[in-house]
Amino acid sequence: MIRESRGLGDELKKSVLLTPAVLVLILFFLIPIFLTVYYSFTNLALNGEGARNVQFIGLENYSRMMTDPNMINSIVTTLIFLVGSLIGQQILGFFIALMMKGKNSRFRSIIGPFFLAGWIMPEVVVALCSFAFFDRSGTLNAILQSINIPMVEWLYKYPLLSVIIANVWHGMAFSMINFQSALDNVPGDIEEAARVDGANYWQRLFYIIIPQIKNTIATNTMLNTLSTLGVFGLIYTMTGGGPGVATQVLPIFMYKQAFVSFQLGYGTAISMVLLVLGLIFSILYARIVED
Amino acid sequence: MRKFIKDGKLPYIILSIMALLFALPLLWVIFASFDVNATQAFKIPTDWTIGNYINVLQDKLNQQAFGVGLLISAIEAVLVVLIAGLAAYPLSRYELRYKKMFMYTILLMTSLPITAVMVPVYKLFLSMNLYDSIFGVIIFMTASALPFAIWLMKNFMDSVPIELEEAAWVDGANVLTSIRLVIAPLMLPGVLVVMMVAFTTAWGNFLVPYILLNTVSKYPVSVKLYQFFGQNGLVVYGELAAYSVIYATPAVILYILSQKYMSQGFIMSGAAKG
Repeated sequence: MIRESRGLGDELKKSVLLTPAVLVLILFFLIPIFLTVYYSFTNLALNGEGARNVQFIGLENYSRMMTDPNMINSIVTTLIFLVGSLIGQQILGFFIALMMKGKNSRFRSIIGPFFLAGWIMPEVVVALCSFAFFDRSGTLNAILQSINIPMVEWLYKYPLLSVIIANVWHGMAFSMINFQSALDNVPGDIEEAARVDGANYWQRLFYIIIPQIKNTIATNTMLNTLSTLGVFGLIYTMTGGGPGVATQVLPIFMYKQAFVSFQLGYGTAISMVLLVLGLIFSILYARIVED
Repeated sequence: MRKFIKDGKLPYIILSIMALLFALPLLWVIFASFDVNATQAFKIPTDWTIGNYINVLQDKLNQQAFGVGLLISAIEAVLVVLIAGLAAYPLSRYELRYKKMFMYTILLMTSLPITAVMVPVYKLFLSMNLYDSIFGVIIFMTASALPFAIWLMKNFMDSVPIELEEAAWVDGANVLTSIRLVIAPLMLPGVLVVMMVAFTTAWGNFLVPYILLNTVSKYPVSVKLYQFFGQNGLVVYGELAAYSVIYATPAVILYILSQKYMSQGFIMSGAAKG
Protein backbone atom coordinates (compact mmCIF):
# COMPACT_ATOMS: atom_id res chain seq x y z
CA MET A 1 0.00 0.00 0.00
CA ILE A 2 2.61 2.49 1.08
CA ARG A 3 4.83 1.65 -1.84
CA GLU A 4 1.99 2.04 -4.25
CA SER A 5 0.95 5.45 -3.00
CA ARG A 6 4.55 6.57 -3.08
CA GLY A 7 4.73 5.34 -6.66
CA LEU A 8 1.69 7.39 -7.60
CA GLY A 9 3.05 10.44 -5.80
CA ASP A 10 6.30 10.03 -7.61
CA GLU A 11 4.52 9.85 -10.96
CA LEU A 12 2.60 13.00 -10.12
CA LYS A 13 5.74 14.82 -9.07
CA LYS A 14 7.46 13.86 -12.28
CA SER A 15 4.45 15.05 -14.25
CA VAL A 16 4.28 18.58 -12.84
CA LEU A 17 5.91 20.05 -15.94
CA LEU A 18 3.13 18.56 -18.06
CA THR A 19 0.44 20.56 -16.24
CA PRO A 20 0.35 23.68 -18.44
CA ALA A 21 0.18 21.58 -21.60
CA VAL A 22 -2.49 19.29 -20.21
CA LEU A 23 -4.62 22.21 -18.98
CA VAL A 24 -4.47 24.06 -22.30
CA LEU A 25 -5.18 20.90 -24.26
CA ILE A 26 -8.14 19.94 -22.09
CA LEU A 27 -9.68 23.41 -22.13
CA PHE A 28 -9.19 24.31 -25.76
CA PHE A 29 -8.88 20.97 -27.51
CA LEU A 30 -10.71 18.20 -25.68
CA ILE A 31 -13.64 20.23 -24.36
CA PRO A 32 -14.43 21.61 -27.85
CA ILE A 33 -14.42 18.03 -29.14
CA PHE A 34 -16.88 16.92 -26.44
CA LEU A 35 -18.96 20.03 -27.06
CA THR A 36 -19.09 19.16 -30.74
CA VAL A 37 -20.62 15.82 -29.89
CA TYR A 38 -23.03 17.40 -27.41
CA TYR A 39 -24.18 20.36 -29.52
CA SER A 40 -24.83 18.12 -32.49
CA PHE A 41 -27.75 16.65 -30.53
CA THR A 42 -29.25 20.06 -29.70
CA ASN A 43 -31.18 22.79 -31.50
CA LEU A 44 -28.61 25.43 -30.49
CA ALA A 45 -28.97 28.56 -32.62
CA LEU A 46 -27.87 32.18 -32.62
CA ASN A 47 -31.42 33.46 -32.98
CA GLY A 48 -35.00 32.27 -32.58
CA GLU A 49 -36.11 29.35 -30.47
CA GLY A 50 -32.71 27.64 -30.37
CA ALA A 51 -31.10 30.72 -28.83
CA ARG A 52 -33.66 31.22 -26.07
CA ASN A 53 -34.26 27.66 -25.13
CA VAL A 54 -31.57 25.14 -26.05
CA GLN A 55 -33.00 21.65 -26.12
CA PHE A 56 -31.78 18.16 -26.60
CA ILE A 57 -33.34 16.99 -29.83
CA GLY A 58 -31.78 13.57 -30.22
CA LEU A 59 -30.93 12.57 -33.74
CA GLU A 60 -33.00 15.27 -35.42
CA ASN A 61 -29.98 17.10 -36.86
CA TYR A 62 -28.67 13.84 -38.23
CA SER A 63 -31.92 12.78 -39.83
CA ARG A 64 -32.23 16.26 -41.33
CA MET A 65 -28.71 15.86 -42.76
CA MET A 66 -29.63 12.62 -44.51
CA THR A 67 -32.36 14.28 -46.54
CA ASP A 68 -30.73 17.67 -47.03
CA PRO A 69 -29.73 17.93 -50.71
CA ASN A 70 -27.09 20.51 -49.77
CA MET A 71 -25.54 18.03 -47.35
CA ILE A 72 -25.45 15.32 -49.98
CA ASN A 73 -23.94 17.80 -52.44
CA SER A 74 -21.32 18.77 -49.85
CA ILE A 75 -20.32 15.19 -49.19
CA VAL A 76 -19.94 14.45 -52.90
CA THR A 77 -18.04 17.72 -53.43
CA THR A 78 -15.77 16.95 -50.48
CA LEU A 79 -15.02 13.47 -51.80
CA ILE A 80 -14.19 14.74 -55.29
CA PHE A 81 -12.04 17.50 -53.80
CA LEU A 82 -10.32 14.96 -51.56
CA VAL A 83 -9.64 12.33 -54.20
CA GLY A 84 -8.59 14.90 -56.80
CA SER A 85 -6.22 16.60 -54.36
CA LEU A 86 -4.75 13.31 -53.15
CA ILE A 87 -4.09 12.05 -56.66
CA GLY A 88 -2.64 15.35 -57.82
CA GLN A 89 -0.48 16.05 -54.77
CA GLN A 90 0.89 12.57 -54.34
CA ILE A 91 1.51 11.50 -57.91
CA LEU A 92 3.11 14.81 -58.79
CA GLY A 93 4.99 14.86 -55.49
CA PHE A 94 6.26 11.34 -56.02
CA PHE A 95 7.41 11.79 -59.60
CA ILE A 96 9.04 15.13 -58.96
CA ALA A 97 10.89 13.63 -55.98
CA LEU A 98 11.87 10.61 -58.06
CA MET A 99 13.16 12.71 -60.94
CA MET A 100 15.04 15.02 -58.57
CA LYS A 101 16.85 12.10 -56.98
CA GLY A 102 20.52 12.10 -57.77
CA LYS A 103 20.29 15.12 -60.04
CA ASN A 104 22.84 17.86 -60.17
CA SER A 105 22.60 19.68 -56.84
CA ARG A 106 22.80 23.13 -58.35
CA PHE A 107 19.90 22.27 -60.65
CA ARG A 108 17.93 21.00 -57.65
CA SER A 109 18.54 24.14 -55.67
CA ILE A 110 17.46 26.31 -58.59
CA ILE A 111 14.16 24.58 -59.35
CA GLY A 112 13.32 23.54 -55.78
CA PRO A 113 11.93 26.97 -54.80
CA PHE A 114 9.47 26.90 -57.72
CA PHE A 115 7.85 23.79 -56.26
CA LEU A 116 8.01 25.06 -52.70
CA ALA A 117 6.56 28.52 -53.33
CA GLY A 118 2.91 27.51 -53.33
CA TRP A 119 3.44 25.51 -50.16
CA ILE A 120 5.22 28.14 -48.11
CA MET A 121 2.74 30.90 -48.82
CA PRO A 122 -0.25 31.62 -46.57
CA GLU A 123 -3.46 30.11 -47.90
CA VAL A 124 -5.16 33.45 -48.50
CA VAL A 125 -2.32 34.42 -50.85
CA VAL A 126 -2.56 31.00 -52.52
CA ALA A 127 -6.27 31.65 -53.04
CA LEU A 128 -5.64 35.08 -54.52
CA CYS A 129 -2.92 33.77 -56.86
CA SER A 130 -5.17 30.93 -57.96
CA PHE A 131 -8.12 33.25 -58.44
CA ALA A 132 -6.02 35.50 -60.66
CA PHE A 133 -4.68 32.47 -62.50
CA PHE A 134 -8.12 31.05 -63.37
CA ASP A 135 -9.92 34.37 -63.85
CA ARG A 136 -11.52 34.97 -67.25
CA SER A 137 -8.83 37.52 -68.06
CA GLY A 138 -6.28 35.68 -65.97
CA THR A 139 -2.92 34.11 -66.63
CA LEU A 140 -4.19 30.75 -67.82
CA ASN A 141 -6.52 32.25 -70.41
CA ALA A 142 -3.82 34.68 -71.52
CA ILE A 143 -1.54 31.73 -72.21
CA LEU A 144 -4.27 29.75 -73.95
CA GLN A 145 -5.15 32.68 -76.17
CA SER A 146 -1.54 33.20 -77.13
CA ILE A 147 -1.56 29.69 -78.59
CA ASN A 148 -5.00 30.23 -80.15
CA ILE A 149 -7.05 28.17 -77.76
CA PRO A 150 -10.32 29.92 -76.93
CA MET A 151 -10.54 31.11 -73.36
CA VAL A 152 -12.59 29.27 -70.76
CA GLU A 153 -14.40 30.69 -67.74
CA TRP A 154 -12.61 28.30 -65.41
CA LEU A 155 -14.16 29.51 -62.18
CA TYR A 156 -17.67 29.17 -63.59
CA LYS A 157 -17.32 26.17 -65.86
CA TYR A 158 -14.87 24.07 -63.83
CA PRO A 159 -14.90 25.59 -60.33
CA LEU A 160 -14.23 22.34 -58.51
CA LEU A 161 -11.34 21.47 -60.82
CA SER A 162 -9.95 24.97 -60.27
CA VAL A 163 -9.95 24.67 -56.48
CA ILE A 164 -8.48 21.17 -56.72
CA ILE A 165 -5.61 22.49 -58.83
CA ALA A 166 -5.15 25.36 -56.39
CA ASN A 167 -4.98 22.89 -53.53
CA VAL A 168 -2.54 20.69 -55.42
CA TRP A 169 -0.37 23.73 -56.08
CA HIS A 170 -0.49 24.53 -52.36
CA GLY A 171 -0.03 21.00 -51.02
CA MET A 172 2.19 19.19 -53.51
CA ALA A 173 5.51 20.18 -51.93
CA PHE A 174 4.61 18.48 -48.66
CA SER A 175 4.37 15.13 -50.46
CA MET A 176 7.43 15.88 -52.53
CA ILE A 177 9.53 16.52 -49.41
CA ASN A 178 8.26 13.36 -47.72
CA PHE A 179 8.99 11.28 -50.79
CA GLN A 180 12.39 12.87 -51.24
CA SER A 181 13.56 11.88 -47.78
CA ALA A 182 12.08 8.39 -48.17
CA LEU A 183 13.75 7.90 -51.54
CA ASP A 184 17.06 9.09 -50.15
CA ASN A 185 16.89 6.24 -47.64
CA VAL A 186 16.29 3.51 -50.21
CA PRO A 187 19.56 1.59 -50.41
CA GLY A 188 20.90 1.51 -53.94
CA ASP A 189 22.35 -2.03 -53.84
CA ILE A 190 19.07 -3.97 -54.22
CA GLU A 191 18.10 -1.83 -57.17
CA GLU A 192 21.57 -2.32 -58.61
CA ALA A 193 21.26 -6.11 -58.21
CA ALA A 194 17.89 -6.05 -59.95
CA ARG A 195 19.36 -3.99 -62.75
CA VAL A 196 22.12 -6.56 -63.19
CA ASP A 197 19.42 -9.25 -63.31
CA GLY A 198 17.84 -7.38 -66.19
CA ALA A 199 14.90 -5.61 -64.54
CA ASN A 200 13.92 -2.52 -66.51
CA TYR A 201 13.35 0.91 -64.99
CA TRP A 202 9.61 0.54 -64.43
CA GLN A 203 10.01 -2.96 -62.98
CA ARG A 204 12.59 -1.68 -60.53
CA LEU A 205 10.32 1.24 -59.69
CA PHE A 206 7.22 -0.86 -59.00
CA TYR A 207 8.79 -3.98 -57.49
CA ILE A 208 11.74 -2.55 -55.59
CA ILE A 209 11.51 1.18 -54.92
CA ILE A 210 7.80 1.61 -54.21
CA PRO A 211 7.51 -1.39 -51.83
CA GLN A 212 10.40 0.03 -49.79
CA ILE A 213 8.70 3.37 -49.25
CA LYS A 214 5.18 2.04 -48.73
CA ASN A 215 5.11 3.29 -45.13
CA THR A 216 5.85 6.79 -46.31
CA ILE A 217 3.15 6.49 -48.96
CA ALA A 218 0.68 5.40 -46.27
CA THR A 219 1.49 8.13 -43.72
CA ASN A 220 1.62 10.73 -46.45
CA THR A 221 -1.81 9.68 -47.72
CA MET A 222 -3.29 9.89 -44.22
CA LEU A 223 -1.80 13.33 -43.50
CA ASN A 224 -2.92 14.67 -46.87
CA THR A 225 -6.41 13.27 -46.34
CA LEU A 226 -6.65 14.92 -42.93
CA SER A 227 -5.39 18.29 -44.09
CA THR A 228 -7.58 18.22 -47.21
CA LEU A 229 -10.70 17.44 -45.17
CA GLY A 230 -10.03 20.55 -43.10
CA VAL A 231 -9.45 22.96 -46.01
CA PHE A 232 -11.57 26.04 -45.48
CA GLY A 233 -9.71 29.30 -46.12
CA LEU A 234 -8.39 28.40 -49.56
CA ILE A 235 -11.82 27.61 -51.03
CA TYR A 236 -13.73 30.16 -48.99
CA THR A 237 -11.55 33.04 -50.10
CA MET A 238 -11.20 31.77 -53.67
CA THR A 239 -14.80 30.95 -54.58
CA GLY A 240 -16.81 31.35 -51.37
CA GLY A 241 -18.14 27.83 -51.99
CA GLY A 242 -19.68 28.85 -55.29
CA PRO A 243 -20.74 29.44 -57.91
CA GLY A 244 -23.96 28.23 -56.31
CA VAL A 245 -22.85 25.31 -54.21
CA ALA A 246 -20.32 23.94 -56.72
CA THR A 247 -17.33 24.13 -54.36
CA GLN A 248 -19.20 23.93 -51.06
CA VAL A 249 -17.13 21.32 -49.24
CA LEU A 250 -18.16 20.24 -45.74
CA PRO A 251 -16.22 22.93 -43.80
CA ILE A 252 -17.84 25.66 -45.89
CA PHE A 253 -21.30 24.13 -45.57
CA MET A 254 -20.70 23.88 -41.82
CA TYR A 255 -19.63 27.51 -41.69
CA LYS A 256 -22.66 28.69 -43.64
CA GLN A 257 -25.13 26.75 -41.52
CA ALA A 258 -23.57 27.93 -38.28
CA PHE A 259 -22.66 31.53 -39.04
CA VAL A 260 -24.83 32.58 -41.97
CA SER A 261 -28.03 30.70 -41.10
CA PHE A 262 -27.17 30.83 -37.37
CA GLN A 263 -28.00 27.12 -36.90
CA LEU A 264 -25.15 26.19 -34.57
CA GLY A 265 -26.64 22.81 -33.67
CA TYR A 266 -27.04 21.75 -37.26
CA GLY A 267 -23.65 23.23 -38.17
CA THR A 268 -22.07 21.19 -35.39
CA ALA A 269 -23.76 18.02 -36.61
CA ILE A 270 -22.08 18.65 -39.97
CA SER A 271 -18.74 19.09 -38.21
CA MET A 272 -19.34 15.74 -36.53
CA VAL A 273 -19.05 14.13 -39.95
CA LEU A 274 -15.68 15.83 -40.37
CA LEU A 275 -14.64 14.94 -36.84
CA VAL A 276 -15.51 11.26 -37.19
CA LEU A 277 -13.78 11.02 -40.57
CA GLY A 278 -10.82 12.86 -39.06
CA LEU A 279 -10.70 10.51 -36.11
CA ILE A 280 -10.78 7.41 -38.31
CA PHE A 281 -7.91 8.65 -40.45
CA SER A 282 -5.97 9.91 -37.40
CA ILE A 283 -6.20 6.47 -35.81
CA LEU A 284 -5.02 4.83 -39.02
CA TYR A 285 -2.19 7.33 -39.20
CA ALA A 286 -1.17 6.84 -35.56
CA ARG A 287 -1.18 3.06 -36.07
CA ILE A 288 1.23 3.33 -38.97
CA VAL A 289 3.54 5.74 -37.14
CA GLU A 290 3.56 3.63 -33.97
CA ASP A 291 4.65 0.51 -35.87
CA MET B 1 13.78 4.67 -73.29
CA ARG B 2 15.35 3.40 -70.09
CA LYS B 3 18.64 5.07 -70.77
CA PHE B 4 16.89 8.26 -71.71
CA ILE B 5 14.99 8.36 -68.41
CA LYS B 6 17.81 7.26 -66.16
CA ASP B 7 20.83 9.01 -67.58
CA GLY B 8 19.53 11.32 -70.24
CA LYS B 9 18.31 14.85 -70.23
CA LEU B 10 14.61 14.01 -70.17
CA PRO B 11 14.14 14.40 -66.37
CA TYR B 12 15.89 17.76 -66.50
CA ILE B 13 13.57 18.91 -69.25
CA ILE B 14 10.42 17.61 -67.54
CA LEU B 15 11.41 19.09 -64.19
CA SER B 16 12.16 22.47 -65.75
CA ILE B 17 8.78 22.54 -67.49
CA MET B 18 7.02 21.54 -64.27
CA ALA B 19 8.87 24.22 -62.34
CA LEU B 20 7.73 26.83 -64.85
CA LEU B 21 4.14 25.61 -64.58
CA PHE B 22 4.34 25.89 -60.80
CA ALA B 23 5.60 29.46 -61.14
CA LEU B 24 2.71 30.59 -63.36
CA PRO B 25 0.19 31.41 -60.60
CA LEU B 26 2.78 33.75 -59.08
CA LEU B 27 3.16 35.86 -62.18
CA TRP B 28 0.02 37.96 -61.72
CA VAL B 29 0.78 38.98 -58.11
CA ILE B 30 4.32 39.91 -58.92
CA PHE B 31 3.53 41.91 -62.06
CA ALA B 32 0.40 43.53 -60.64
CA SER B 33 2.22 44.61 -57.50
CA PHE B 34 4.60 46.72 -59.60
CA ASP B 35 1.99 47.95 -62.08
CA VAL B 36 0.57 51.46 -61.95
CA ASN B 37 -2.57 50.34 -63.80
CA ALA B 38 -2.98 46.83 -62.43
CA THR B 39 -6.30 45.08 -63.03
CA GLN B 40 -7.58 41.57 -62.51
CA ALA B 41 -6.22 40.71 -65.94
CA PHE B 42 -2.79 39.26 -66.51
CA LYS B 43 -0.43 41.69 -68.21
CA ILE B 44 3.16 42.76 -68.08
CA PRO B 45 3.25 46.30 -66.68
CA THR B 46 3.92 49.13 -69.10
CA ASP B 47 4.43 51.58 -66.23
CA TRP B 48 6.45 50.05 -63.42
CA THR B 49 6.17 51.46 -59.91
CA ILE B 50 6.86 50.68 -56.29
CA GLY B 51 4.03 53.04 -55.35
CA ASN B 52 1.71 50.15 -54.55
CA TYR B 53 4.09 48.92 -51.87
CA ILE B 54 4.55 52.39 -50.45
CA ASN B 55 0.79 53.03 -50.31
CA VAL B 56 0.11 49.71 -48.62
CA LEU B 57 2.85 50.21 -46.07
CA GLN B 58 1.77 53.77 -45.29
CA ASP B 59 -1.84 52.84 -44.64
CA LYS B 60 -2.61 52.96 -40.91
CA LEU B 61 -5.08 50.08 -40.98
CA ASN B 62 -2.67 47.87 -42.90
CA GLN B 63 0.06 48.62 -40.39
CA GLN B 64 -2.33 47.75 -37.61
CA ALA B 65 -3.20 44.42 -39.22
CA PHE B 66 0.50 43.67 -39.52
CA GLY B 67 1.04 44.56 -35.90
CA VAL B 68 -1.82 42.33 -34.79
CA GLY B 69 -0.60 39.48 -36.97
CA LEU B 70 2.92 39.79 -35.56
CA LEU B 71 1.61 40.03 -32.02
CA ILE B 72 -0.59 36.95 -32.36
CA SER B 73 2.05 34.85 -34.11
CA ALA B 74 4.97 35.89 -31.89
CA ILE B 75 3.22 35.40 -28.56
CA GLU B 76 1.72 32.14 -29.78
CA ALA B 77 5.12 30.87 -30.92
CA VAL B 78 6.72 31.71 -27.56
CA LEU B 79 3.88 30.13 -25.59
CA VAL B 80 4.00 27.00 -27.72
CA VAL B 81 7.73 26.59 -27.22
CA LEU B 82 7.54 27.19 -23.46
CA ILE B 83 4.60 24.89 -22.80
CA ALA B 84 5.76 22.17 -25.18
CA GLY B 85 9.32 22.42 -23.89
CA LEU B 86 8.22 21.87 -20.29
CA ALA B 87 5.93 19.02 -21.29
CA ALA B 88 8.63 17.35 -23.34
CA TYR B 89 10.95 17.03 -20.35
CA PRO B 90 9.10 14.39 -18.32
CA LEU B 91 8.07 12.65 -21.52
CA SER B 92 11.65 12.40 -22.63
CA ARG B 93 13.44 11.81 -19.32
CA TYR B 94 11.19 9.79 -16.98
CA GLU B 95 9.62 6.37 -17.00
CA LEU B 96 5.91 7.12 -16.74
CA ARG B 97 3.16 4.54 -16.78
CA TYR B 98 0.80 6.65 -18.88
CA LYS B 99 3.49 7.83 -21.27
CA LYS B 100 2.62 5.56 -24.16
CA MET B 101 -1.05 6.42 -23.93
CA PHE B 102 -0.27 10.10 -23.63
CA MET B 103 2.00 10.17 -26.67
CA TYR B 104 -0.56 8.23 -28.66
CA THR B 105 -3.25 10.79 -27.80
CA ILE B 106 -0.88 13.61 -28.72
CA LEU B 107 -0.17 11.92 -32.03
CA LEU B 108 -3.89 11.62 -32.74
CA MET B 109 -4.34 15.29 -31.89
CA THR B 110 -1.61 16.39 -34.30
CA SER B 111 -3.68 15.30 -37.24
CA LEU B 112 -7.29 16.09 -36.30
CA PRO B 113 -8.78 18.77 -38.56
CA ILE B 114 -9.27 21.81 -36.29
CA THR B 115 -11.91 23.08 -38.69
CA ALA B 116 -14.30 20.50 -37.26
CA VAL B 117 -14.37 22.04 -33.77
CA MET B 118 -14.63 25.71 -34.71
CA VAL B 119 -18.38 26.06 -34.15
CA PRO B 120 -18.28 24.81 -30.54
CA VAL B 121 -15.11 26.84 -29.94
CA TYR B 122 -17.00 29.94 -31.05
CA LYS B 123 -19.81 29.14 -28.59
CA LEU B 124 -17.35 28.28 -25.83
CA PHE B 125 -15.49 31.56 -26.36
CA LEU B 126 -18.73 33.53 -26.24
CA SER B 127 -19.48 32.08 -22.83
CA MET B 128 -15.90 32.48 -21.57
CA ASN B 129 -15.73 36.12 -22.66
CA LEU B 130 -12.91 35.25 -25.03
CA TYR B 131 -14.85 36.05 -28.20
CA ASP B 132 -13.48 38.98 -30.17
CA SER B 133 -10.36 38.94 -28.02
CA ILE B 134 -6.86 38.74 -29.46
CA PHE B 135 -5.81 36.82 -26.38
CA GLY B 136 -8.53 34.25 -27.12
CA VAL B 137 -7.17 33.77 -30.65
CA ILE B 138 -3.66 33.36 -29.27
CA ILE B 139 -4.62 30.79 -26.67
CA PHE B 140 -6.71 28.74 -29.09
CA MET B 141 -3.95 28.74 -31.69
CA THR B 142 -1.50 27.73 -28.96
CA ALA B 143 -3.68 24.77 -28.04
CA SER B 144 -4.02 23.63 -31.63
CA ALA B 145 -0.27 23.93 -32.24
CA LEU B 146 0.74 22.18 -29.02
CA PRO B 147 0.33 18.50 -29.98
CA PHE B 148 2.71 18.75 -32.93
CA ALA B 149 5.13 20.91 -30.92
CA ILE B 150 5.17 18.47 -28.00
CA TRP B 151 5.81 15.61 -30.40
CA LEU B 152 8.71 17.43 -32.08
CA MET B 153 10.19 18.73 -28.82
CA LYS B 154 10.17 15.31 -27.22
CA ASN B 155 12.00 13.85 -30.19
CA PHE B 156 14.54 16.66 -30.20
CA MET B 157 15.03 16.26 -26.44
CA ASP B 158 15.48 12.51 -26.78
CA SER B 159 18.53 13.21 -28.87
CA VAL B 160 20.18 15.35 -26.17
CA PRO B 161 22.36 12.85 -24.27
CA ILE B 162 21.34 12.44 -20.62
CA GLU B 163 25.00 12.24 -19.53
CA LEU B 164 25.37 15.97 -20.01
CA GLU B 165 22.48 16.59 -17.66
CA GLU B 166 23.86 14.19 -15.06
CA ALA B 167 26.99 16.29 -14.93
CA ALA B 168 24.82 19.32 -14.16
CA TRP B 169 22.95 17.40 -11.43
CA VAL B 170 26.23 16.52 -9.77
CA ASP B 171 26.94 20.24 -9.68
CA GLY B 172 23.65 20.70 -7.84
CA ALA B 173 21.36 21.87 -10.63
CA ASN B 174 17.64 21.15 -10.32
CA VAL B 175 15.37 20.18 -13.19
CA LEU B 176 14.46 23.68 -14.34
CA THR B 177 18.08 24.83 -14.16
CA SER B 178 19.26 21.85 -16.16
CA ILE B 179 16.57 22.48 -18.78
CA ARG B 180 17.63 26.10 -18.99
CA LEU B 181 21.39 25.64 -18.90
CA VAL B 182 21.98 22.26 -20.49
CA ILE B 183 19.06 21.14 -22.61
CA ALA B 184 17.80 24.42 -24.04
CA PRO B 185 21.16 25.50 -25.50
CA LEU B 186 21.75 22.07 -27.03
CA MET B 187 18.23 21.95 -28.38
CA LEU B 188 18.34 25.50 -29.69
CA PRO B 189 18.10 24.52 -33.37
CA GLY B 190 15.12 22.31 -32.54
CA VAL B 191 13.51 25.00 -30.42
CA LEU B 192 13.92 27.51 -33.22
CA VAL B 193 12.38 25.11 -35.72
CA VAL B 194 9.34 24.57 -33.49
CA MET B 195 9.07 28.30 -32.93
CA MET B 196 9.27 29.10 -36.62
CA VAL B 197 6.74 26.44 -37.57
CA ALA B 198 4.36 27.75 -34.91
CA PHE B 199 4.85 31.33 -36.03
CA THR B 200 4.34 30.58 -39.71
CA THR B 201 1.24 28.49 -39.07
CA ALA B 202 -0.32 31.24 -36.95
CA TRP B 203 0.71 33.91 -39.45
CA GLY B 204 -1.02 32.06 -42.27
CA ASN B 205 -4.11 31.06 -40.29
CA PHE B 206 -7.30 32.52 -41.67
CA LEU B 207 -10.10 30.43 -40.15
CA VAL B 208 -9.43 30.99 -36.45
CA PRO B 209 -9.23 34.81 -36.42
CA TYR B 210 -12.01 35.00 -39.01
CA ILE B 211 -14.38 33.12 -36.71
CA LEU B 212 -13.20 34.32 -33.31
CA LEU B 213 -12.76 38.03 -34.02
CA ASN B 214 -15.40 40.58 -34.85
CA THR B 215 -13.73 43.98 -34.69
CA VAL B 216 -12.01 45.23 -37.84
CA SER B 217 -9.15 46.80 -35.90
CA LYS B 218 -8.33 43.42 -34.33
CA TYR B 219 -8.00 41.58 -37.64
CA PRO B 220 -4.59 40.14 -38.50
CA VAL B 221 -3.30 40.35 -42.09
CA SER B 222 -4.94 37.11 -43.27
CA VAL B 223 -8.46 38.39 -42.55
CA LYS B 224 -7.64 41.95 -43.60
CA LEU B 225 -6.37 40.72 -46.94
CA TYR B 226 -9.52 38.68 -47.48
CA GLN B 227 -11.63 41.74 -46.75
CA PHE B 228 -9.50 43.68 -49.18
CA PHE B 229 -10.49 41.46 -52.10
CA GLY B 230 -13.61 39.94 -50.69
CA GLN B 231 -15.47 43.21 -50.69
CA ASN B 232 -17.10 43.71 -54.03
CA GLY B 233 -16.51 47.41 -54.23
CA LEU B 234 -13.66 49.09 -56.01
CA VAL B 235 -10.53 47.01 -55.59
CA VAL B 236 -7.12 48.56 -56.06
CA TYR B 237 -5.52 45.51 -57.59
CA GLY B 238 -1.95 46.77 -57.54
CA GLU B 239 -2.12 47.40 -53.81
CA LEU B 240 -3.90 44.12 -53.20
CA ALA B 241 -1.05 42.32 -54.97
CA ALA B 242 1.61 44.31 -53.13
CA TYR B 243 -0.08 43.61 -49.81
CA SER B 244 -0.09 39.88 -50.60
CA VAL B 245 3.59 39.90 -51.44
CA ILE B 246 4.41 41.72 -48.20
CA TYR B 247 2.20 39.33 -46.25
CA ALA B 248 3.89 36.26 -47.75
CA THR B 249 7.43 37.55 -47.14
CA PRO B 250 7.82 36.63 -43.43
CA ALA B 251 6.62 33.09 -44.18
CA VAL B 252 9.20 32.73 -46.93
CA ILE B 253 12.04 34.11 -44.81
CA LEU B 254 11.17 31.90 -41.85
CA TYR B 255 10.99 28.86 -44.09
CA ILE B 256 14.48 29.50 -45.41
CA LEU B 257 15.80 30.06 -41.87
CA SER B 258 14.09 26.97 -40.50
CA GLN B 259 15.70 24.87 -43.24
CA LYS B 260 19.08 26.05 -42.04
CA TYR B 261 18.35 25.15 -38.41
CA MET B 262 16.60 21.93 -39.34
CA SER B 263 19.79 20.57 -40.83
CA GLN B 264 21.73 21.72 -37.76
CA GLY B 265 19.21 19.98 -35.52
CA PHE B 266 20.34 16.61 -36.73
CA ILE B 267 24.00 17.21 -36.04
CA MET B 268 23.67 18.10 -32.36
CA SER B 269 23.71 14.51 -31.06
CA GLY B 270 27.50 14.72 -31.28
CA ALA B 271 27.63 16.87 -28.12
CA ALA B 272 28.22 13.96 -25.74
CA LYS B 273 31.48 13.07 -27.41
CA GLY B 274 32.90 16.58 -27.55
